[in-house]
Amino acid sequence: MTEQMSHVQALESEAIHIMREVAAECERPCLLFSGGKDSIVMLHLAIKAFAPAPVPFPIMHVDTGHNFEEVIEYRDRRVAETGVRLIVASVQDAIDQGKVVEETGPRASRNRLQTTALLDGIEEHRFDAVFGGARRDEEKARAKERVFSFRDDFGQWDPKAQRPELWNLYNPRVKAGEHMRVFPISNWTELDIWHYIRDENIDIPMVYYAHKRMVFERDGMWLGVTPFMTLMEGEVPEERLVRFRTIGDATCTGAVDSAATTIEQVIEEVGATRITERGATRADDRTAEAAMEDRKKEGYF
Amino acid sequence: MELLRLATAGSVDDGKSTLIGRLLYDSKSIFEDQLESIEATSEQRGSETVDLALLTDGLRAEREQGITIDVAYRYFATPKRKFIIADTPGHTQYTRNMVTGASTANLAIILIDARKGLLEQSRRHAFIASLLRIPHLVIAVNKMDLVDYDRDRFEEIRDEFTEFASKLDVADLTFIPMSALNGDNVVDRSMNMEWYEGSTLLHHLEQVHIASDRNLVDVRFPVQYVIRPQSAEHPDYRGYAGQVAGGVMRPGDEVQVLPSGFTSTITSIDTATGPIEEAAAGMSVTIRLADEIDISRGDMICRPNNAPEVSQDIDAMICWMADQGELRPGQKLAIKHTTRWARAMVKDVQYRLDINSLSRDEETQTIGLNEIARITMRTTQPLFADPYTRNRTTGSFILVDEATNVTVAAGMVLDR
Repeated sequence: MTEQMSHVQALESEAIHIMREVAAECERPCLLFSGGKDSIVMLHLAIKAFAPAPVPFPIMHVDTGHNFEEVIEYRDRRVAETGVRLIVASVQDAIDQGKVVEETGPRASRNRLQTTALLDGIEEHRFDAVFGGARRDEEKARAKERVFSFRDDFGQWDPKAQRPELWNLYNPRVKAGEHMRVFPISNWTELDIWHYIRDENIDIPMVYYAHKRMVFERDGMWLGVTPFMTLMEGEVPEERLVRFRTIGDATCTGAVDSAATTIEQVIEEVGATRITERGATRADDRTAEAAMEDRKKEGYF
Repeated sequence: MELLRLATAGSVDDGKSTLIGRLLYDSKSIFEDQLESIEATSEQRGSETVDLALLTDGLRAEREQGITIDVAYRYFATPKRKFIIADTPGHTQYTRNMVTGASTANLAIILIDARKGLLEQSRRHAFIASLLRIPHLVIAVNKMDLVDYDRDRFEEIRDEFTEFASKLDVADLTFIPMSALNGDNVVDRSMNMEWYEGSTLLHHLEQVHIASDRNLVDVRFPVQYVIRPQSAEHPDYRGYAGQVAGGVMRPGDEVQVLPSGFTSTITSIDTATGPIEEAAAGMSVTIRLADEIDISRGDMICRPNNAPEVSQDIDAMICWMADQGELRPGQKLAIKHTTRWARAMVKDVQYRLDINSLSRDEETQTIGLNEIARITMRTTQPLFADPYTRNRTTGSFILVDEATNVTVAAGMVLDR
């Protein structure tokens, strides 16, 4: 009797199919890699999709310069282990070249500036397909996005003019200057990611596990004390046992109180939590009810 | 844990968003910050109860106008199964959206308002579900609280629908009386309808038998990508990567490759973590063969005594999805079928199907947005296709406008 696939196997199989479609049909794909758990799973899937051949496209890190050290170390280690080619699209370079102006004040973030660095990177390398690790369960605008999401020559997303997407028949056709964002793990949830990391024994940066860190409270979140952040009045740093549920720019990614030091404990915690990962830890999504939708239209991940 | 993909059909008035909200809420798949956010919005709008429908409306325009623009995907899990809901809105763009959501679904839920009974719209939903060959259909007779939980009313709707469905091809039909607003028979059994002896909706979703929905008989393996590392470690490795579209493949099996017709034997079925003993429909694997034959993307691996039809003439039902422009005879389009692209010319529009009356209009030669038609096409290259009724993967295709690159139609191959 042939067994039905488990849900994680079905999701893996779907993601691998999508990656192979892109490699077969697009001329210059690339995979966005932030060092966060979703992009780590993506790189793992890419390796599995093409084994024993190497991954047939480079990875690109959109680097805000405001990083967690552990994550950059992890990135460089993974690149060395896998032999994959790394491209860095630097927000600092964009600032230095005068393409963007840095926000000022204690709430300054380079989050929005990433879009410029990302679109410049795509244009410079003439990528026609860009893999992202976005999941539909993350956010309500993402819940409506296709797996193959068309971007015009300004890199913009138009939610009202999405191509119909039927069966597993993807249409990656674009004209010069346009590109596709492709989201192979659209149908995965946060918990699926963690189960997969456990089942596949995937190495992840230690900041995902509970550790002691100097943090301060802002907008109901624990933000890490870093050289890039200015404390506002009344904000007092303290050492707490925390872990990160998402990893983005260090200035807008909050930590959660946690004692989870093993993958099993993390899964237990994620399974029991009553707050979404973006709601809990991402200042960038709290700005307005449609914050993500607005950034996506401009060309954000 | 198995994965069940379901599509929901119905309009806002039928309580569809409330039903989904209820499923997520009662299965504890809604998070506190999401609930707080919709509580605040409900209050701001002067609503006394929390409007669970707000959970599913994701885009700014939707929240502002109180409409649903596009298919949204929702996720929830119970200890038994993981569920992906394709939530398809019920207004103008209806057919296009439902066809999109239904194309990958194992099960569809069609909502009927118990007060209104079977409407034209319900018939349309059922027809699309049968056209797209969704194996399991659930008719959720909702708002039972507004008809005093009346058994006779439920049975009247059930009988009427059953009679209508006999004209369609529906394999598995289930009726559940419920009140999504109050939670009757959604997750918990209703205390108000003791006359109903069937399952609650969630129980049905957890238990419905989906293992035999896959075609495990006819081996179909569309070649997606050829893996040739040409490295020092793997100098001669040549594997054919793809997702099994039908049947079960095992090492030692004799296979035939289309279009060349050459036969060979499977020597190994590889995954990144090592060879496996069998690959069944749905699995992404890499196949190696005993003989060096020329195989590339778009080719099809099958069994020598069980091959799909190889033809450049295609009979199909299509759903036209283009906002601008109609389908008409003589038109040339790009076609994608499994992993193969070709060009197709529309030879004839045989009839347009009126999905309300199921009657055929043989006069019309142009097909517009959201219309369904039977057409014949001629392709520049042979396709290796099965009837859609036999295999949803090797029987489906999309049509793409070559000038705009937009996907303009969904197609289902007919038995000739």
